[in-house]
Amino acid sequence: MSTASSTSNPEAPRHTAVVRVTHWITFIAFLALLISGAEIVVSHPRFYWGETGNVMMKPLFTIPIASSRDTVPTGYNYVMPDQNGWSRYLHFQAAWLAVLTGLFYGISSVLNGHFRKDLFPARANRTWKAFWEVIAKYLRRAPPDAVEAHSYNAVQQIAYLSVIFVLFPMVIWTGLALSPSFDSAVPLAVNLLGGRQSARTLHFFVSGALLLFLAVHVAMVILSGFRSRMRAMITGGVDAPEAIPSTPAQLPILPLQERS
Amino acid sequence: MKSITRRRLITTGIAATAGVAGLAVADRLAQRYGLVPPDGCGVYGPGETLTYAAQRLLTRHSLAREFSRGMISKTPFANETAPPSDEFKVHQAAGFKDWRLAIDGMVARPGSFSIADIKSLPFKSQITEIACEEGWSYIAEWIGTPLVEVLREAGVSPQARYVVYYSIQKDWWESVDMADALHPQTILTWGMNDGDLPVGFGGPLRLRVPRQLGYKSVKYIIRMTVTDSLKSFGKGLGSASPEAGYSWYAGI
Repeated sequence: MSTASSTSNPEAPRHTAVVRVTHWITFIAFLALLISGAEIVVSHPRFYWGETGNVMMKPLFTIPIASSRDTVPTGYNYVMPDQNGWSRYLHFQAAWLAVLTGLFYGISSVLNGHFRKDLFPARANRTWKAFWEVIAKYLRRAPPDAVEAHSYNAVQQIAYLSVIFVLFPMVIWTGLALSPSFDSAVPLAVNLLGGRQSARTLHFFVSGALLLFLAVHVAMVILSGFRSRMRAMITGGVDAPEAIPSTPAQLPILPLQERS
Repeated sequence: MKSITRRRLITTGIAATAGVAGLAVADRLAQRYGLVPPDGCGVYGPGETLTYAAQRLLTRHSLAREFSRGMISKTPFANETAPPSDEFKVHQAAGFKDWRLAIDGMVARPGSFSIADIKSLPFKSQITEIACEEGWSYIAEWIGTPLVEVLREAGVSPQARYVVYYSIQKDWWESVDMADALHPQTILTWGMNDGDLPVGFGGPLRLRVPRQLGYKSVKYIIRMTVTDSLKSFGKGLGSASPEAGYSWYAGI
C-alpha cells in the first residue's frame, strides 16, 4: 500500500498536538450540535422545499415522531417536552466553538503542511485502483499495516477531505442561511440554496451526512483497534511495530478484543 | 534542559498574560460599543456575545430580504397565543378605537398614540418573511408605521440604547437595541396583505422586527419604554424570552 505521509520517523506522534486537541474539541462541539439540533427539529419535525413552509403547507417529508409543540399535527396525541430554549443557546455556542476550532485547525494545517503531507492523496493514491485496494483490504478485514500506523490510506484521505472541505463548510453555510440577520447582509447565502426552507432541509441532510461519517468513523476505529487508535488520538503514542499484526492470520477475530 | 523549561515557562506565562489581557480588552471594547447582549452572562454568555457582536459589526444597517407580491404565502400561519385577556376583549368589542400605545422613558414628550395617530404618521408596506424559531415560516405584506417615526415624534434621547415593548397580554414583553429600533424595516404594523392586521396575526398593533425570529415580533403592543439600561426590567436579562430560557437576540 502506497501512502502519502512521511513515515520516516517512528518516534513522531501518530497525530500532532494540534490535530489531537482540535479533534476532541470538534467532537464535543459536534455532539452538542447534534443533540441540540435534534431537540430543535422535534419542535417542527416537518421539512419543506422553497422559501416558506408551515403546518398549512404540504411538507416535502415528515419525520414520524411527536412534536414538542401542540400546533404541529403529527398524528400522535401527545406533545413532547419543550427543550428549545437551552437547545438553541447550546447549538449556537457549540457552532462558534466548532467554527473557531475549525479555523485554527485549517490555518495551522495549511501552515504546517498537514493538509499537503497527510491529507491530499499522493499521485499514486489518486487512482480508482488505489481506492479499491483499500476497500478490498477492508472487506478482507486485513489489519492496518505498519505504514498505516503513521499515515492515512486513500479512502481515509478522501473521507477526511470530504468532511473538512465539503460537509463542514456546507453545514456552516446552510446553518448561517437560517439566520434572518445574516441573510439581510448576505442574501445570496439563502437565495443560492433555494430559499429559507430549502436551506433548513439541506442543513438537516448535511447534518445527517456528518452523523453517517461519525458512525462509520467510530466503527472503523473500533475495528482497527480501539485502544491503540484512541491512544494515538489522545497522547499521540503509537504501538510498537511488532505489536501490529502484519498478516491476516494474526488478525483478532473479535474487533473489540484487546491488543497490546 | 533547564533553559528550555525556563524558556517554555516564560513563553507560556507571556502567552497566558497576553491572552487574559486580550480578553479583558475585548470585553472592555465590547461593553463600550454595546456588543454584549443583556443575556450575555452565564454558561451561554460567550456564544451569545459572539453572535450578537458579530451581527452588530456585520449587519447594523443591512435590510431584510423583501419579496415580490407573488411570493406572499397563500396560507400564512397565525401562531397560537394565550387566550385573550378581558381587557383585550373589551378593546376588540369596541373595534380597537380606544387602543393606545403609551411611550415613556428617555423621550422628550412621553404620551400615548391611538391607532389613528400612528396611521397619520408616514407609513410603508413591506413584503417580508416571518420565521419562527421552531422552523416554519411565511411571507406576508406588512403595512405599518416605522418605529423610528413614532420615536422621533416622542423625541427620543440620543443616549437611548434600547426600546422595551409590552403586549397587552400578561408577561409578554421584549426589547430591541437602537440598531433594530431605528431600522427602517422595524414597523409598528397595523395592516397585513391589503387589509387590517387580523387579531390572530397581532392586530390591532404588532411590532414587526423582520431581521429577527418571530418571537421578537410581539403582538398587541400597548406600551413602550425607551431606556439606556435593561438592568431594571424584569430579571435584567433584556426581555421575557431569556427569563423563559430563550435568547434575547433572535437575529441568530
